[in-house]
Amino acid sequence: MSEAREDQLYMGYEVVIGLEVHTHLRTQSKLFSPAPVAYGDEPNHNTHPVDLALPGVLPVLNRSVIELAIRLGLATHSTINERSVFSRKNYFYPDLPKGYQISQFEEPTVSDGWLEIEVASGKGKKKGKKKGGGAEVVQKRIGITRAHLEEDAGKSIHDATHATTDTLVDLNRAGVPLLEIVSEPDLRSAAEASAYLKKLRAILRYIGVSDADMEKGQFRCDANVSLRRPGAELGTRTEIKNLNSFAFVEAAINAEVERQAEVLDDGDEVVQATMAFDPATGHTSVMRLKENADDYRYFDDPDLVPLMISEADIEAVQAQLPELPDDKRDRFVAEYALSESDATTLTQSRALAQFFEDATVIHAQPKSVANWILRDVLQSLGEGDRSIEDLALTPESFAALVALVDSGRLTAKSGREIYGVLAESGGDPEAIMAERGLESVQDTGLIEGVAREVIASNPDSVDKYREGDGKVLNFLMGQVMKATQGKANPADVKQILERELAAQ
Amino acid sequence: MVDAFAGLVEQRDALASGSCSSRELVDAALERHAATHVRLNAVVHSRGERAQRDADEADARRASGKVLSALDGVAIVLKDNMVMRGEPTTCSSRILEGYSSPFDACVVERLQAAGAVVLGAANMDEFAMGSSTENTIHGVAHNPWDLERTCGGSSGGSAASVSAGIVGGALGSDTGGSIRQPASFCGVTGLKPTYGRVSRWGLVAFASSLDQIGTFTHSAADAALLLETIAGHDPRDSTSIPEPVPQYSEGLDGDVEGLTIGLPKEYFDVSGGDPEVLERVRAGVADLEAAGAKVVEVSLPRTRYGVPAYYLIANAEASSNLARFDGARYGRRAEGVADYQQMYERSRSEGFGDEVKRRIMLGTYVLSAGYFDAYYKKAQQVRTLLRDDFDAAFSQCDVIATPTSPETAFALGEKIDDPVSMYLSDIYTVSANLAGIPGISVPCGLTGGLPVGLQLLGRVLDEGRLLRVADAYQRRTDHHLVHPPEFA
Repeated sequence: MSEAREDQLYMGYEVVIGLEVHTHLRTQSKLFSPAPVAYGDEPNHNTHPVDLALPGVLPVLNRSVIELAIRLGLATHSTINERSVFSRKNYFYPDLPKGYQISQFEEPTVSDGWLEIEVASGKGKKKGKKKGGGAEVVQKRIGITRAHLEEDAGKSIHDATHATTDTLVDLNRAGVPLLEIVSEPDLRSAAEASAYLKKLRAILRYIGVSDADMEKGQFRCDANVSLRRPGAELGTRTEIKNLNSFAFVEAAINAEVERQAEVLDDGDEVVQATMAFDPATGHTSVMRLKENADDYRYFDDPDLVPLMISEADIEAVQAQLPELPDDKRDRFVAEYALSESDATTLTQSRALAQFFEDATVIHAQPKSVANWILRDVLQSLGEGDRSIEDLALTPESFAALVALVDSGRLTAKSGREIYGVLAESGGDPEAIMAERGLESVQDTGLIEGVAREVIASNPDSVDKYREGDGKVLNFLMGQVMKATQGKANPADVKQILERELAAQ
Repeated sequence: MVDAFAGLVEQRDALASGSCSSRELVDAALERHAATHVRLNAVVHSRGERAQRDADEADARRASGKVLSALDGVAIVLKDNMVMRGEPTTCSSRILEGYSSPFDACVVERLQAAGAVVLGAANMDEFAMGSSTENTIHGVAHNPWDLERTCGGSSGGSAASVSAGIVGGALGSDTGGSIRQPASFCGVTGLKPTYGRVSRWGLVAFASSLDQIGTFTHSAADAALLLETIAGHDPRDSTSIPEPVPQYSEGLDGDVEGLTIGLPKEYFDVSGGDPEVLERVRAGVADLEAAGAKVVEVSLPRTRYGVPAYYLIANAEASSNLARFDGARYGRRAEGVADYQQMYERSRSEGFGDEVKRRIMLGTYVLSAGYFDAYYKKAQQVRTLLRDDFDAAFSQCDVIATPTSPETAFALGEKIDDPVSMYLSDIYTVSANLAGIPGISVPCGLTGGLPVGLQLLGRVLDEGRLLRVADAYQRRTDHHLVHPPEFA
């Protein structure tokens, strides 16, 4: 493990975080039953006798999850185990019909992998990666301990609106296939935890393993947090359960770090416990102490046989595996001469990267296509979960627009106006330009005439310019732009104005 | 019309010749059930008119020349832990009172596809836990040979229903001897196939790695007919063996010339075994030797660890398998509970009988943190050693012959308060379940007026050979044709 970094210490403590991510697998049917996997249906509609644990039912593994587990294993440089075993995790709860969850315990399908996240290097100014060519950003490798297959439980609704204290149970989710992906305790801040989750989610979506939609509960996270003095042994950890948004993950970890630091500073010990995070108060609180934890009495499920995966199985999946985000980023840097930081942003989503490449094929100016995406398209997508596919924009219309601007026929300002139309309702940029009369004034004679008029009617400003006040040029340019209704290219205007001023 | 003790082969031939109809067979079975029910309590759920309707359909098929199989129109009894659509399944437990299944067990589908008529469900020990069919909400079942004695268990009702001539074939499940021991006590032929030979889909689980459905019949020839109907791969059971099913009936040639029978010295040495029982078993082996088989001594040195290992594994699995009976979705739910925690505690406390509770607690204990390695894991290691024992023995012989049980049917109530002595009555049967190998118990004579069972064990998937040897024995002897005097 690397040395603690000064800039990451909190009140002199090193923060140690490991994450357990539960992600729903993209399958048609459940892990051990033929019932469909669907979201938002009427309660208890997507169930089969197996999901209800009726007497006499038996589980049968949905073979399609094997390929998904292999994909994840390959994408995270993990070992895909030749043999893995399903076990029973025994506990009683109303949304767990069998009284046990089928999971993997001692022998998971995937183990010993890693992925890389980008972190601020911690050297120099703490500006982060936004500035310049990514010199302050370094790659940090986060270990993945294991990824195991298991079934989800149903949902218990302890209904407060009911007059009674009834618990309602919806078993639509019971048996939905999950991968639980467990990281090593390699994360050192809430920001790193968030970066890890974003990277993992991007990978899962890239390789089609999971839609990882947090709002649908398809991507959930538990965070293990502990503090220690730099160089000391690992401290006692607590586990914060059921974090279902990136914002909550960061807020919950920060709140728990603060709480543990206070406990330690007071000379007390952190007690091993399961914590809950309340977004309303921004605080974590103890749900259950370790000493009260269930004894799950794991044992191999005798209704199932070990899952065997051959080299040939792995090779077959490998052959079909799409390019991964890191590889794509490196290729974008090499092939399109983009900065590492821009390439990283463009490759966050497979759809966005594809859009960039499609547009670049049509308009072979990768740098300007990238700039337009990084500035305008990302703004349209906003912070939410919108995808490029949600916009009316096509690579064709987008490439045509960027080409119009690059050729000088559109000013950047007019280009942005047309971009707004394309993003909202689509269309042909050339036609919109004509319709709205936005084509820039390319007639230098006309601009020269206007420039002379502006010079003639602003003698004071001209005098100041001659006295060396460069700022006046902006005012004069503004006058020319105004007279040409903003359709003149600012660079042209500047050049002509300077020439005319010099000529007089 | 055929005799009440007519076997499946005889019934098949009678139906084929037109000397009786399926409806007559089913009516006779229903009448005999009604006439003997108070004394035996063997069949706890009769399908009555629905069975008659199924029989009429079988007769109609036969009339139009569309006979489905050798068993088309023959009445069969299930054990009350095999589900059938729309019919009650209780597993002899209060916790399943009122439950009826929305789907059929695989064995029910296969019986119906063959045209067999399901007559009803037989009494059993609660969740198949027991060796005497005394742990049951339906009241104890009685042995047709002596009503004061147990018919064995846990599939006691199935054994008694064949023994008393109600039906010619019944299904049971065998987790540690629950087919072979009652077959031995009731003087019928009981077959436990290889683990995975018959699908467990629709069998309410007791111990998943040990449970296996098998047959009760009057003869090995009948067992062959019934097994070839219910056996075979089922994708709904991941432990089901994907091997084709031989036509066992066609292999019954009566020939044991050159067959090597192994006698495990440990099985004939166990103190506490009834010497008369051992005597009858030796005589049975001698009959096979006279028919041309060779007898050798073999050793199964780890046999004495079988019972402890069995009760650790079976109870561990049961504690988990029975967790689903929680009052939440079906079956019995305690009334007036304050919250779901109380719903679990009270529903399960009220719903399960003492023996089931005892085993759930033992099983929970052996899986607990800190005890797992000492008990469950150790038992799994014993299981591997027992398999090794059998592999070594089968390198010297083709089948192994042993007593099925160390004793004949014991008196009702004799062992019910002494669980360990009850558990030890499984001493000769549990090893086959732990090793997953097939076994068959055939009647080999009486002692003190009670039947004795000769157990033959075979290699994995070697049911064909077991049936051939058992059939060869029955061709040369008539022990299987002796019926309980009170019902004969």
